[in-house]
Amino acid sequence: MDFLRPAGWEEALAAKAEHPTAVPIAGGTDIMVEINFDHRRPEYLLDLNRITELSEWEVGEESVRLGASVPYTRIMENLRTELPGLALASHTVASPQIRNRGGVGGNLGTASPAGDAHPALLAAGAEVEVESVRGTRLIPIDEFYTGVKRNALAPDELIRAVHIRKADGPQQYSKVGTRNAMVIAVCAFGIALHPETRTVRTGIGSAAPTPVRAEAAEEFLNAALAEGGFWDSGKIITPSIAKQFAELASGACNPIDDVRGTARYRRHAVGIMARRTLGWTWEQYRGSGRTLEGAA
Amino acid sequence: MRVNFTVNGRRQEADDVWEGESLLYVLRERLGLPGSKNACEQGECGSCTVRLDGVPVCSCLVAAGQVEGREVVTVEGLADFAKQRAEHSGHGGACATGACGGTSLQDARSWTAKGTDSQTGEGTELSPIQQAFIDAGAVQCGFCTPGLLVAADELLEHNASPTDADIREALSGNLCRCTGYEKILDAVRLAAARQGEAV
Ligand SMILES: Cc1cc2nc3c(=O)[nH]c(=O)nc-3n(C[C@H](O)[C@H](O)[C@H](O)COP(=O)(O)OP(=O)(O)OC[C@H]3O[C@@H](n4cnc5c(N)ncnc54)[C@H](O)[C@@H]3O)c2cc1C
Ligand code: FES
Ligand code: FES
Repeated sequence: MDFLRPAGWEEALAAKAEHPTAVPIAGGTDIMVEINFDHRRPEYLLDLNRITELSEWEVGEESVRLGASVPYTRIMENLRTELPGLALASHTVASPQIRNRGGVGGNLGTASPAGDAHPALLAAGAEVEVESVRGTRLIPIDEFYTGVKRNALAPDELIRAVHIRKADGPQQYSKVGTRNAMVIAVCAFGIALHPETRTVRTGIGSAAPTPVRAEAAEEFLNAALAEGGFWDSGKIITPSIAKQFAELASGACNPIDDVRGTARYRRHAVGIMARRTLGWTWEQYRGSGRTLEGAA
Repeated sequence: MRVNFTVNGRRQEADDVWEGESLLYVLRERLGLPGSKNACEQGECGSCTVRLDGVPVCSCLVAAGQVEGREVVTVEGLADFAKQRAEHSGHGGACATGACGGTSLQDARSWTAKGTDSQTGEGTELSPIQQAFIDAGAVQCGFCTPGLLVAADELLEHNASPTDADIREALSGNLCRCTGYEKILDAVRLAAARQGEAV
């Protein structure tokens, strides 16, 4: 094994071009587990810790450009206002020690259907900025996940940053697990209201081969809210709309039975989380002043 | 490969490090510092918790090569680290650069909490959190203790009077199979209260 320690971004891209099999290591919270248990013996480890810009973020007009290695702890502490959904999701990841090291770049690199960043990114709307010596491209988040633990990165590419739309309305993240800390999601649901475009976006975790949006549920809800004039009136969403939204969200799942839960349970729980998070965010939108907490 | 880094305020050099090796392995097997415990090697238990450039991390999940040139504080250096922090409080907190002395590898290796009385910690220089763990009866088999001490010490460094929720949150990455956690919470509350009195 070789340990490559590029001092800067250009050097890292050159190293990845020269050794496309090199495995990037950022926080190491996924990769080191695999190495410790001998599940993986990469030929090259490509350390990204010395590349300072990967741990920085910029808040722009429309979006936040979040460096690939910004740890979850920083997101929770600094980006609650701009990225409330991702901040809530970050808080549910593992433990303080893991959140101090792990970040969204690693979550995207692993592309596990259970990764907590994914539903929040899908709901907020995001693009992944990837780069190689050949150039830069922006991959829409909807096209990033290509299969179970597979993503759209080419072998010579690295994730530079994620461009996440700044919140223009309430966002929520809900996760089912056996305890509050240190838990991989049985299933998870992210929702973001976008009052500016009068749309609602969603993200489902751990209930399909990849993280997915509940597109049919979104379309139904967007139409129902528009038809009923809900965005203008701010009136309570009728139970029948909420119920239909939940059923469609449930229908967007394509889960499996595994040690954490059955497919049937996952479908059911996603429906419940969809209805609840819609209720919470809508209450927030209506400005009732009720304090809202993300709940597991 | 060779890795140069600062451990408990002193420059150290580890040789013949395998590229896939963890910081935990380097500390325990190459530098002879077995204070940081190895229970799970997968980030679940927190018994390997150390400070990396001040930040609490699971040393089992940090690749050795990633610590080149960086600063690590282990439980063996915690008493000195806390002492220096107390002396330097008001201007920037603890000193991890070695300028304040730090803890030599020899001292760290032979560090023991025995002192003149292993039950009370008397006769040994302990950090306030270590003393509080002893006084509160928060140590049973002791395997989880080093990681908890490092995590709890860091909590009290940035939050002088934590709520119970703060303590639970800060220690949520550290598992203990013996105590049931109540005495551990007592210990952190005790250390916080003593810290408050001292000011
Ligand atoms: C005990 C424990 C609990 C966990 N709990 C959770 C949880 O609750 N929720 C959750 O979502 N995750 C959890 N994880 C998984 C992990 O912490 C996250 O996936 C984290 O986001 C990984 O980030 P990292 O920087 O540590 O990734 P690393 O381990 O450094 O890398 C992960 C993958 O991404 C690739 N990669 C990293 N950076 C880049 C880049 N810039 N460009 C291209 N590829 C890159 C790596 O090559 C590797 O394949 C847990 C892990 C542990 C050990
Ligand atoms: S040994 Fe590192 S967390 Fe358990
Ligand atoms: S005292 Fe035995 S594991 Fe905590």
